[in-house]
Amino acid sequence: MSSQELSRRSSKYTARTVPKGEKLATSAMIASLDSEGRETISAPFGHALVDLAKDREDIVGLTADLSKYTDLHVFAKAYPDRFYQMGMAEAVMISAAAGLAREGFTPFATTYAVFASRRAYDFIIMAIAEENLPVKIVCALPGLTTGYGPSHQATEDLAIMRGMPNLTIIDPCDAVEIDHATRAIADHPGPVYMRLLRGQVPNVLGEYGYQFKLGKAQMLRDGKDVLFVSSGFMTMRVLDAAKQLQKDGIDCGVLHVPTIKPLDVQTIVDEASKGGRLVVTAENHSVTGGLGEAVAATLMRAGVHVPFKQIGLPDAFLDAGALPTLHDQYGISVDAVTASVKAWI
Amino acid sequence: MEIDHSNVSLARRAWAIRRNALLMGEVQGQGYIGQALGVADVLAVSYFHALSYRPDEPEWEGRDRFYLSIGHYAIALYAAMIEAGILPEDEIGTYGMDDSRMPMSGMAAYTPGMEITGGSLGHGLGIAVGAALGLKRKKNPAFIYNMLSDGELGEGSTWEAVMSAVQWKLDNLIAIVDFNNQQADGPTTQALAQVPEAAKWTAFGWFAQSVDGNDLDAVVAAFDTARHHDGDQPRVIICNTKMCKGIPFLEDREITHFVRVEPDEWTKALGILDEEKPQ
Repeated sequence: MSSQELSRRSSKYTARTVPKGEKLATSAMIASLDSEGRETISAPFGHALVDLAKDREDIVGLTADLSKYTDLHVFAKAYPDRFYQMGMAEAVMISAAAGLAREGFTPFATTYAVFASRRAYDFIIMAIAEENLPVKIVCALPGLTTGYGPSHQATEDLAIMRGMPNLTIIDPCDAVEIDHATRAIADHPGPVYMRLLRGQVPNVLGEYGYQFKLGKAQMLRDGKDVLFVSSGFMTMRVLDAAKQLQKDGIDCGVLHVPTIKPLDVQTIVDEASKGGRLVVTAENHSVTGGLGEAVAATLMRAGVHVPFKQIGLPDAFLDAGALPTLHDQYGISVDAVTASVKAWI
Repeated sequence: MEIDHSNVSLARRAWAIRRNALLMGEVQGQGYIGQALGVADVLAVSYFHALSYRPDEPEWEGRDRFYLSIGHYAIALYAAMIEAGILPEDEIGTYGMDDSRMPMSGMAAYTPGMEITGGSLGHGLGIAVGAALGLKRKKNPAFIYNMLSDGELGEGSTWEAVMSAVQWKLDNLIAIVDFNNQQADGPTTQALAQVPEAAKWTAFGWFAQSVDGNDLDAVVAAFDTARHHDGDQPRVIICNTKMCKGIPFLEDREITHFVRVEPDEWTKALGILDEEKPQ
């Protein structure tokens, strides 16, 4: 999709000003992840899928009662006869997606990340991954993107899914990347699990002239003191933190790693080997089993011994509440990232 | 070429399936021979009366799809596919051996004609729902058959698929339940409430029949009725079968989910079978 088309659906996010001492409400939208004044784009996944489906008769959509909450309703409206509402039944949604793939279709199946990774695991691994079928599982509410507590917060989905052979895992940063990645995974011949930001999604990477490449990590900015290695919306956080840290004379590079599996080992090893930098992984996920540990193991295997720190969610069931409050509390807000790096340098 | 359903009697086909299964069971000195002997008549009707397929072209687009949910029944399906000419008879001796195309649990990637990977129970009917939707999208008139077990009806995912098939009016889907009342730890009916079996499916909106799965004429009639039923519903045939059917001394064994057969008993079983070879 052209940048003009993307910008046609964009708007500016304006955070409500909260008087000091007032408690925030839980019902924050994804757009609240972003900093004030930045452009957001509406439903990038749904619109990219509609655009793709124009030329791809094989693309069908399935959901387990969450089309409106995964932006698949945009596709359902455009292609009602290619949309399957499977009801509140994740097992049969996943199995049926496998069956459709067997008959030559490319199914996009959507639900929340908690339900796909926890409830539907056996169906994804046996019906889809073991047979390497081209089913795309696209899941909203990854990591800490809802204040509803552990029932909705998929803080360990990457840890669960990384153990699955054949599966490609994508953790996109923003609306631009979701648009690109949706098209790229449609062309990928195997199964994919993609984390999704839905609704009004920030446009962060537009200004970097970024183009998503499946399986590739890319440097968004260079720096000599710190190398952030990040995925998902934590890339927008570390980009903002890098700007703040620059003012304090701390020069930070950002390596964005949207493909969690297979990991771009070469680029990670090459960048981490450029000596003298503190390597800081940053992920919207538990510190157990996600990007941070994957990068740590990669560096150990390659014999790259560098100072290493991990920013991520604790290995714990997280509190309910408002996202800005929780992101500060768990150390993944821009200010919290900045403070951590200052303390480490 | 499409399979020719004429000339050879179904009784002879079922006999051959039992014989192939016994020969494979002997290779491993064990196996799910009880299930294979029990379901041989249903498979004979499936592969030599009901299904359209081309033995030399297992992925022919016009074929009826036969999905085996129950991976451990692979021995039975191999036996049927050997008789059908989909698998060569000279591979019988490789069953369950290293590098065989016929592993102990059925997997799509290993075996021509094995449509899905079974074994983790409660998967087949859901995959069949998706394939039935896919066939309808393609306006392909083929049927999807899914053979599942009574024990598999304990899996919640099976019932998600049962509801979904009704929601989507999948009249191209035929479920075959091998009801032998044996699961790993004992009688299925003592594990989760399985009765009344047909009435449950009917209540969910399926066209349900319950037959003696070892009565060839009854099974043929049930398959014909299922295929020609004119309601826009999915169809199920509950086949009440007897474990180890056809080999009386094995039928009498009390615990038969994974039947123990002594080394000398394979020859004895084959001898009994050979004495009753039908025309």
